[in-house]
Amino acid sequence: MHGTRILEETDRLMTVCNSCRYCEGLCAVFPAMEMRRAFSDGDLNYLANLCHSCGACYVDCQFSPPHEFNVNVPQTLAVARAESYAAYAWPRALSGAFARNGLVISVVAALSMAVFILGFAAFNDRAALFGIHTGPGAFYKLMPHNAMAVLFSAAFLYAILALVLSVRAFWRDIGEPIRGRADGGSIFQAIRDAGELRYLHGGGVGCYNEDDKPTDRRKLYHHLTFYGFLLCFAATSVATLYHYLLAREAPYPWWDLPVVLGTLGGIGLVVGPVGLFLAKVKRDPALLDEERYGMDVGFIAMLFLTGVTGLALLVLRETSAMGPLLALHLGAVFALFITMPYGKFVHGIYRFAALVRYAQERRDAG
Amino acid sequence: MNGKYDVLVIGGGNAALCAAISARRGGASVLVLEGAPKFYRGGNTRHTRNMRCAHDAATEILTGPYTEEEFWKDLLLVTGGQTDEELARHMIRESKDILNWIVEQGVRWQPSLGGTLSLGRTNSFFLGGGRAMLNALYLTAEALGVDIEYDAEVTDLVIEDGMFLAARVKRPIEGATEIRATSLVAAAGGFEANIEWLKQYWGEAADNFLIRGTPYNRGSILKMLLDKGVQEVGDPTQCHAVAIDARAPKFDGGIITRHDSVVFGIVVNKHAQRFYDEGEDIWPKRYAIWGRLVAAQPDQIAYIIFDSTVVTSFMPTLFPPIAGATVAELAGKLTLDSAALEKTITDFNAAVRPGTFDHTILDDCVTEGITPPKTHWARRIETPPYLAYPVRPGITFTYLGTRVTKEARMLMKDGRLAANMFAAGEIMAGNVLGKGYAAGMGMTIGSVFGRIAGREAAKHARN
Repeated sequence: MHGTRILEETDRLMTVCNSCRYCEGLCAVFPAMEMRRAFSDGDLNYLANLCHSCGACYVDCQFSPPHEFNVNVPQTLAVARAESYAAYAWPRALSGAFARNGLVISVVAALSMAVFILGFAAFNDRAALFGIHTGPGAFYKLMPHNAMAVLFSAAFLYAILALVLSVRAFWRDIGEPIRGRADGGSIFQAIRDAGELRYLHGGGVGCYNEDDKPTDRRKLYHHLTFYGFLLCFAATSVATLYHYLLAREAPYPWWDLPVVLGTLGGIGLVVGPVGLFLAKVKRDPALLDEERYGMDVGFIAMLFLTGVTGLALLVLRETSAMGPLLALHLGAVFALFITMPYGKFVHGIYRFAALVRYAQERRDAG
Repeated sequence: MNGKYDVLVIGGGNAALCAAISARRGGASVLVLEGAPKFYRGGNTRHTRNMRCAHDAATEILTGPYTEEEFWKDLLLVTGGQTDEELARHMIRESKDILNWIVEQGVRWQPSLGGTLSLGRTNSFFLGGGRAMLNALYLTAEALGVDIEYDAEVTDLVIEDGMFLAARVKRPIEGATEIRATSLVAAAGGFEANIEWLKQYWGEAADNFLIRGTPYNRGSILKMLLDKGVQEVGDPTQCHAVAIDARAPKFDGGIITRHDSVVFGIVVNKHAQRFYDEGEDIWPKRYAIWGRLVAAQPDQIAYIIFDSTVVTSFMPTLFPPIAGATVAELAGKLTLDSAALEKTITDFNAAVRPGTFDHTILDDCVTEGITPPKTHWARRIETPPYLAYPVRPGITFTYLGTRVTKEARMLMKDGRLAANMFAAGEIMAGNVLGKGYAAGMGMTIGSVFGRIAGREAAKHARN
């Protein structure tokens, strides 16, 4: 007996799949399943987070609906996956945030932006907010660098703490008693698998979206989003080093490394999320976890907002729009940070942990 | 619908799609009429997983060579010689090229194989299974411009003097209920889902058969062709039947209802009596005989009985085993006479002689002084809980079909060649497979003769 109804259904499906095994070549979920004959809650949460929702096993399955065996692995695992995020969330009191995710994210985003605009106003007068500021240190005429650094460090460290504690609970549940530490080889394998989205390829032809014809677009948009995010993160990191090591203050010229990284990343964060959103709108409802639509869309929207305000800031930073745009951009980034542990962002972390576990299992099995 | 097609393909499985693609590539306009709705398209191909092809060397997907001669010997073995040698050898030769041709049509092979099957040398496995293979063929056919109609039940064939003129369909296709075509490819499967027809040969027992594939394999095209003068081939009582879980649905339970646990225990009938040597042969021959054995038992039901020591020795099953702490409790749950079951198990246990168990070979674990004997893998059943799977005959496909030539052209009862009618797949499998079965042969027959039938039908249409 399992803790939730969706885990019961996941168990039923894995029992069906384990007596069939036709899908074993499609992705990691099925070989991982084959290593077990019975499934604990942790096993099912592990399998759910190993699934990349490419849809191939649904299109290829002779028992998918309308067949009476009603085998819908992508949708069932999507629901189980979403419930697992809440189940392992730290602190537990905030696990409900996943369920009301769209609302939570909008409120946090709105509040964050308001805080930054009011913060600017508090540090300066209204004239400074709408004034024209140029040259090094222009941003800090609106809010001192140290104030920004304190705010963002606090938000970032909180996000890291919450994520680490959540994923630790997940990691323990999916099999730490068997083998605690992840080894370097397995982590490296998981980085490769995650980096290329190996299991979003439907066994080679691509991912399924609106119908039974495979396309690779979701993988492309996901790459743009993910690497866009990493480039923006790199831009911020480089800028921080510039500030503290070289005493060079933002804004930097367009050809300088933080701006180049940020611009490329920003483009990824605009094109990627738009593509993912449109793909989601078109996706066959049979494959979707409709209940969690808000969570998915909320996260996509936050990434898009971060990208689009960042690019707008770059273009308009020498005009009077700079102040309001900087406030919006910082507000978006701040909201993104503090909602990270309670939104779709965690899928990447949990999936990575599951991929590490899978790599370990493969190595152990020889 | 522009009035008339060059080639009409009836059926929607592997053979039909190979025929449609090959006819289209041969320059013909092609219509495929699939009687099932889209989800159930493809008949038994939905449930297949692999194909047996000859090859001279190991490949990325196959662990070693499987020569034409070896394939032929395997075919002789399973059919007991009931095969058309010329046709069979031709098919085996062509199967070498099919390995690559089928990939060119978009079908993908699985690199290596886990699980419990040991077919890595002889058989290539479809990545994602039979439905994935079908999906690829349909995508290719559509991209080439083949027209496809689902829910298109053919109610009559207009055939005059061995010449196909038109097919009547129940579902009006853009106003036309009569489809004319220059050539016909019949690839509409066997009649395993037609219980009434099965009863002609099996009597009332057929009511207790479970059908492993879709309910759409009713053999209606086969019947029309035979009624209109096409020569028949194959024994109508022959069918591929395995023992599947009695709790399986009547139709379309597919692969997941199978049991491969016979070797680990004993099998009894409704009177709690053993009736056949459970240790006679190794998988897959063992697997293939138990359907017919169970069909011959009263009420067509039997029970595989084993104990808790072997429960993880075979593939996980869809339905869990029925368990009892004692033999009597298990008998109660199975509604068997408990004294009879206890005696059967006690007698069996007493007859078991020590040996070294190895289920992958014909080992030396045997019984002595018991009828029927268990000639291999005999071990005592004595560790509770006692477990059982109820099984019934699961019919996969039938062997009665239309006689064809090497060119897949049908022969008429008077021995003449049909003018423009070709057949491929299960509907003509009996030419090659008079009886018996070896994994993956159905798909070989389908792809090889499908490709030939399509090519020949297109050639005929263009002349």
